[in-house]
Amino acid sequence: MAYFLHRHPGARLGLLLTPPMLWLGAAYLGALAALFITSLWGQDPFTGEVVRQWNLDNFRLLWESEVYRRIAFRTVGIAALVTVIDIVVAFPVALYMAKVASPRLRSVLLIAVLTPLWASYLVKAYAWRIMLSENGIVHDLGGLVGIDLPGYGLTAVVITLAYLWLPFMILPIYAGLERLPDSMLEASMDLGARTGHTLRRVILPTVFPAVVAGSIFTFSLSLGDYITVRIVGGANQMLGNVVYDNVGAANNLPFAAAVATIPVVIMLGYLAVARRAGALENV
Amino acid sequence: MFHRPLPRLAAVCAALTLTAACGTSSGGDSSGGDGPGGFTAPDVPMLQELGDGEGEVDVLAWPGYVEDGSTDKSVDWVSSFEQATGCQVNVKYFGTSDEAVNLMKSGDYDVVSASGDASLRLIAAGDVAPVNTDLIPNYADVYDFLKDRDWNSVDGQMYGVPHGYGANLLMWRTDEVDPAPTSWGAVFDENSPYAGKITAYDSPIYIADAALYLMKTQPDLGIENPYALDQDQLAAAVDLLKTQRTQISEYWSDYLKEVQAFTTGDSVIGTTWQVIANVAQDSDVPVDVTLPEEGATGWSDTWMVSAEAKHPNCAYEWMNHIISPEANDAVAEYFGEAPSNAKACDVATKGFCESYHAGDADYADQIWYWTTPIPQCLDGREDVTCTDYGDWTQAWTEIKG
Repeated sequence: MAYFLHRHPGARLGLLLTPPMLWLGAAYLGALAALFITSLWGQDPFTGEVVRQWNLDNFRLLWESEVYRRIAFRTVGIAALVTVIDIVVAFPVALYMAKVASPRLRSVLLIAVLTPLWASYLVKAYAWRIMLSENGIVHDLGGLVGIDLPGYGLTAVVITLAYLWLPFMILPIYAGLERLPDSMLEASMDLGARTGHTLRRVILPTVFPAVVAGSIFTFSLSLGDYITVRIVGGANQMLGNVVYDNVGAANNLPFAAAVATIPVVIMLGYLAVARRAGALENV
Repeated sequence: MFHRPLPRLAAVCAALTLTAACGTSSGGDSSGGDGPGGFTAPDVPMLQELGDGEGEVDVLAWPGYVEDGSTDKSVDWVSSFEQATGCQVNVKYFGTSDEAVNLMKSGDYDVVSASGDASLRLIAAGDVAPVNTDLIPNYADVYDFLKDRDWNSVDGQMYGVPHGYGANLLMWRTDEVDPAPTSWGAVFDENSPYAGKITAYDSPIYIADAALYLMKTQPDLGIENPYALDQDQLAAAVDLLKTQRTQISEYWSDYLKEVQAFTTGDSVIGTTWQVIANVAQDSDVPVDVTLPEEGATGWSDTWMVSAEAKHPNCAYEWMNHIISPEANDAVAEYFGEAPSNAKACDVATKGFCESYHAGDADYADQIWYWTTPIPQCLDGREDVTCTDYGDWTQAWTEIKG
């Protein structure tokens, strides 16, 4: 056996790659394919059984009713806003970690960024629910400076999601900045550029692909989220909730599958743009 | 707004194996019997006599309905059954009525605790068998007002044994809401002083609550049954709920989430269950509940036996056990609902049956129990097609916006 494998590198490679390829092909892409196929079926409204007849009714309903369009735009808007906020917050943190902090402080900060990832998503979301509530700490702090915060709602969703996905933005930017040699910054300074100029002309262009890479995480994670909005979103809903309600309450799997293709299509477009920005090497 | 393509209707007819014309009442010649709105139940044989137990029984139940002491040592009404009958209980929990309907199709379960929005579908699909109540001694003690109802019987034939029931009540914070509300108008008023702090149940079935309110306040709409809405009536209910939506703080489906929202004051008025009010009051939240003057929606659960039960004798033993005074009381107290067995109140904790209004037929009559909306109008109208649960689900999405 060992001899055979030694003499046949092709077989060796095949054995090595077959299991992961099967996993990727069957479990991963297969599930996506099943999703698309299911979305072209219908449902018997009373007994709840899937009717295997090809049609585009689900997509027609999605296209024609205004409510789904509105939910889709709202979801994309939330995801975009979360991404922008995360970029704005993460960039200075990552810059400080990579270029300013001492190696000792750097590892402390790195652990501090990673620690929240060890806590359950639900715990963090419920913590925000308590903080954002009528007599919660965020509400009280807002009252101190004279702002009447709106409580549960879309603002709360954006705040919570931005908090949840922040590490996914900090880490790629940090990695991108680490790869930027200090000598380049020194060269820029030596040539007379001020800090702001260096930031704009040297640092930002080099880390831009890393920022896009981070945004893929924050954007796609926000796009598919349905739990946070249930916990702090008040009466609002996102695309994920429509999918969830159609699977859980209505048991209309074909329509749920049709709704679920929306984020997939949006992400494919996003990834295509990200590829052109050269971000995929940074993921 | 929503198209109702004919093929879908045809599919329903086929699925219901209607022998007579679809959507019309088929008179009295049916072998299985007429369901509400005129569907014919498939002819499924009923157990005629009880034999020896098969040694085990596969139970499909709402969480909290089948406790053998593994969750909490003091909560156990299964062990005594296993010892007495020799039927080992294997339980599987489900989270939604739709899940229950799907799991029952597998034929792997002998009995199921079905709410009214699942039971009719199970009967229509032929997944459950008629129940021979003569073989269940404890059935005699079940409150009469729970027997032979739309959601547990067809044409006078019982398809299960009533388990317990509860109403969706109106709860409010006594320190924030004044005067105490007596009508659902408190949550549907478009100029509510509590705008932004109103809560509602997060399910398409909540449309029935709005329909019930319209039934009492706008008789012109001609709503006779909140689960039988034609397109116009559904549209009216949707409009009402869209108005309400602008004043909602949040919708709830997790009962602990509602307790918390009332504790913090994020919600001060809205629909609830008795058990939620009890939990809130236990933690000193100043809330009170009422059954508003319009009546209320609610649930009434039924233990049903599978058409393909592999352990029918143990299944009947189980149904007899679970509505016995002791077990029925234990479940009702643990879950927080009214028991179905009149004698359960004899063994219940003092004050329990009073707080849940067990056996109060007048109170129970004010409750419109959850029923699956189907195209054949449940109120008996034959000149229109009613909206079904699929329509309600889409409408619910639209209401939430």
